[in-house]
Amino acid sequence: MQHYGCRQPLNSKEEENPPTCMERSPTQLCCRLARDVTGISKMPAVSKGDGMRGLAVFISDIRNCKSKEAEVKRINKELANIRSKFKGDKALDGYSKKKYVCKLLFIFLLGHDIDFGHMEAVNLLSSNKYTEKQIGYLFISVLVNSNSDLISLINNGIKNDLASRNPTFMNLALHCIANVGSREMAEAFASQIPSILVAGDTMDSVKQSAALCLLRLNRTSPDLVPMGEWTARVVHLLNDQHLGVVTAAASLITTLAQKSPEDFKTSISLAVARLSRIVTSASIDLQDYTYYFVAAPWLSVKLLRLLQCYPPPEDAALRSRLTECLETILNKAQEPPKSKKVQHSNAKNAVLFEAIALIIHHDSEPTLLVRACNQLGQFLQHRETNLRYLALESMCTLASSEFSHEAVKTHIDTVINALKTERDVSVRQRAVDLLYAMCDRSNAKQIVAEMLSYLENADYSIREEMVLKVAILAEKYAVDYTWYVDTILNLIRIAGDYVSEEVWYRVIQIVINQDDVQGYAAKTVFEALQAPACHENLVKVGGYILGEFGNLIAGDSRSSPLVQFNLLHSKFHLCSVPTRALLLSAYIKFINLFPEVKATIQDVLRSDSQLRNADVELQQRAIEYLRLSCIASTDILATVLEEMPPFPERESSILAKLKKKKGPGNLPDIDDTRWNVNGSAEHSEDTESTNKVTPHHPFTDLLNLNSTPSAGASLLVDVLSDISTPAPITVSEDNFSRFVCKNNGVIYEDQLLQIGLKAEYRQNLGRIYVFYGNKTSTQFLSFSSSVTSSDTLKTHILSTAVDPTVDGGAQLQQVVNIECLSDFTDAPVLDIQFRYGGTLQKIAVKLPVMLNKFFQPTEMTSQDFFQRWKQLGVPQQEVQTIFKAQHPMDTDVTNAKILGFGVALLIGVDPNPANFVGAGVIHTKNTQVGCLLRLEPNTQAQMYRLTLRTSRESVSQRLCDLLSDQF
Amino acid sequence: MMRFLLLFSRQGKLRLQKWFTPMSEREKKKIIRDMTTMVLARQPRSCNFLHWKDLKIIYKRYASLYFCLAIENQENELIALEVIHRYVELLDKYFGNVCELDIIFNFEKAYFILDEFLMGGEIQETSKQMVNRSIEASDMLQETMEEYMSKPAF
Repeated sequence: MQHYGCRQPLNSKEEENPPTCMERSPTQLCCRLARDVTGISKMPAVSKGDGMRGLAVFISDIRNCKSKEAEVKRINKELANIRSKFKGDKALDGYSKKKYVCKLLFIFLLGHDIDFGHMEAVNLLSSNKYTEKQIGYLFISVLVNSNSDLISLINNGIKNDLASRNPTFMNLALHCIANVGSREMAEAFASQIPSILVAGDTMDSVKQSAALCLLRLNRTSPDLVPMGEWTARVVHLLNDQHLGVVTAAASLITTLAQKSPEDFKTSISLAVARLSRIVTSASIDLQDYTYYFVAAPWLSVKLLRLLQCYPPPEDAALRSRLTECLETILNKAQEPPKSKKVQHSNAKNAVLFEAIALIIHHDSEPTLLVRACNQLGQFLQHRETNLRYLALESMCTLASSEFSHEAVKTHIDTVINALKTERDVSVRQRAVDLLYAMCDRSNAKQIVAEMLSYLENADYSIREEMVLKVAILAEKYAVDYTWYVDTILNLIRIAGDYVSEEVWYRVIQIVINQDDVQGYAAKTVFEALQAPACHENLVKVGGYILGEFGNLIAGDSRSSPLVQFNLLHSKFHLCSVPTRALLLSAYIKFINLFPEVKATIQDVLRSDSQLRNADVELQQRAIEYLRLSCIASTDILATVLEEMPPFPERESSILAKLKKKKGPGNLPDIDDTRWNVNGSAEHSEDTESTNKVTPHHPFTDLLNLNSTPSAGASLLVDVLSDISTPAPITVSEDNFSRFVCKNNGVIYEDQLLQIGLKAEYRQNLGRIYVFYGNKTSTQFLSFSSSVTSSDTLKTHILSTAVDPTVDGGAQLQQVVNIECLSDFTDAPVLDIQFRYGGTLQKIAVKLPVMLNKFFQPTEMTSQDFFQRWKQLGVPQQEVQTIFKAQHPMDTDVTNAKILGFGVALLIGVDPNPANFVGAGVIHTKNTQVGCLLRLEPNTQAQMYRLTLRTSRESVSQRLCDLLSDQF
Repeated sequence: MMRFLLLFSRQGKLRLQKWFTPMSEREKKKIIRDMTTMVLARQPRSCNFLHWKDLKIIYKRYASLYFCLAIENQENELIALEVIHRYVELLDKYFGNVCELDIIFNFEKAYFILDEFLMGGEIQETSKQMVNRSIEASDMLQETMEEYMSKPAF
């Protein structure tokens, strides 16, 4: 096995010019290698200081081996030799020990296991010859981190060197601690290093090592690095004369400040001052810290990073000094370069990009943000690929700032062009990211179209991610759902293999939840299925949608029930088992939708290939569906095979997947509140009647192909997987506010459990039916629940004597009675605990029992209303709030919400017909409180003013709080 | 923070590996394999940056050797590129026109120089003079070459 090693000087030519010695003159290279191997006197490298002849010979031998076997043989010979030396009676001198340890290290670095020599390496630590000590430390740094039985010996060596007051020895010891960084070492030295760092008489180079050693220990064992009196002094190292010390200290302080910003706040002013001195004053000679005409680029970058741990400085003078620095850096970018070397421009631009990162982090100076954006815009067209790449990357973060979002959008054509023309896939990948980040309602169609067309030739490595992105954008910015459905079907057509399950689950969830798109979806999938070869994912979507909504297109003779069925069934035999299972469910749904094809479908189900299918799932479905279709009456069939209820609102499973793929930090910020727009949220909020707690018919849920919990939820399991570790329970109130204006729905859902509610109220009494759904396939054991509430509310669980086990997939029902004694703010809390898979699960959910639930609506005339309004004129009785609309300002929706709130909606009472006026009485056991409310919308400003008048201040306030976040 | 630095040849032979965080040998081998295949497959004149898992990979080729540095996600790519260059300069200064063979035969020196320059995944000393001075100082501490050469080879 030949190990080539080129003798071309590394630094003479960089990658622009391919090295010549390999390709063009193999003979010459061989000669050289031959010389290297045979003539040790012509050692290739200068050996300063020392040389280990034996080591060089050994390395030559290895390089000379013609095959892997020869290499292994040579190594085994050497290992045997070294072992015998170590075991021999003759004590080895330091030099030999060093040489053998070094050979072992070489063997290890070649990729072979080393199981001895550690002791000899540790012995070298106590040598007083520097080079022996150095090799000992190197061996330990590279090999020892797992072998902990030697740690105490090693620690002893380190301790001696730290105490030696010899700076070179101290540095070796500190390096070893930083390299190994084990807990035992942290325990032994963490308390000692801060004092070395801040001691007045410590040499500069030792300070640098100590700072970085401390940084490393803080990362691995933060609990062992005590904060203390030294922290203040560390900050002052930013003022040190020695720029190397400042650089090392800046790294340390940045890490510490990320963890406890308050303790290191004083570093802001020091960092700004230091930065300003480096950046703005041309006169200071930084000597060797100037790198290719750029003043201290590493330190500048470090200081700019440190400042990113904090918001913009509050002090005006400091702030303007920093702004001046940032402006200077931006200005310098426009100056002609002082050198043609790439190192010059790299160092200069490194500082520039870090400055832009700080500007984006502060996100407070619109002029700087726009300047940053323009600068990046220039780089987008730069001839250096690196700069184009970085500009695309930085712009992604810039796109999420409201000040610069528009400015970023102006570069859309350049970015699209980059997607089409860049030769380097990693640059194209950044272009995709940026398009995703800059997408909004105004350019969604263009961006989605461009991404779709790029997808046809996109690199395989990025296809899946692109598919997710297109799916998310299409959903998020869908103006009409027909476009959304078209886009997703296109996606499946173009990149079907990369369309993950989440994507097609999602399109189905949306079609189910949006009545107006169902007919179109059915028509479109029907047409798409006509293609002779279509992707299996399309068959899945088609099967599901036609099974649910095929009736919407059955009127057309070209898509009559029989045609639909034949079309689906023509794909059946080409599909995998899960798809076939889904198709079988679609067929039974057809039997319900279209009695006229019942016989045809029964024939199919009855065929041997179904009833005797080797796959147990398919066989079972065929048998069950066939029986069901034979024995059940039409009514029963209609109930069992009823249309799927809307899916509960949840985070889009695709978004969750993308987050997981990219890591939460990597995803450009998306305004999550906008998510609801196309999801089921508003739908289920506005049309209360559809959102009932429906007990699940296990086999009508087509998505539930396997025994896993419902599709979307199981995807979230991964994302939320840390939930399963018992954490301190927090009371869930995620869905609480959604119940202010309605009584039914899902109050809680995680990967195990879904809790649905159905509530009724009469005067001061209420009854809540709680449905616990076990979403897993495993039993819940020792299931119990209790309700705690404040004194003003009496709660009582009626049917607690239920089974303490809840079977997988089953639902448990409980009734909670409530009596309202007087007005209240705190809602009762439902505590649930159960065992799942051996771990105790505790969940606490705030039950949506609010004061307004005890409303009785009161109708009254205009005259009565204003008379009472005036009677409640004492300032304390009125509470008013003005707020921005969070949802579209739709009159019908608002009417429904006010009615849902519990008051009577008084029409024609307010002189301004756009205003909403309501009246009702709150019933508590002790008293009754009359309430009047008035809601004035201002559609132009997208604002509302809400006024509540009741006889009791606390009631006015509470009702106002409850109602004001519903619009 | 830097996570690791790898030097490998165009044939994928590893010449130097420096890990700034503890890692099992298995993980290391996997990373080395991933890095060499990924970087060696890159077209010439591509950009010097890659995303890999949650890290940024900065690589650059010098003659026959690839230098491949992994940094954390929020770190600065360009300055990392210059970290590589500064290291090459330091090697160059020490060996005088450094070439791959120098690093093979004097691998321990390459590690020592790196240790003077980087520590715990952060830059320790950016001044070339400073680093060289401390390396030379430690060389002075060693015995003379003649003294060593007089000793038997095995």
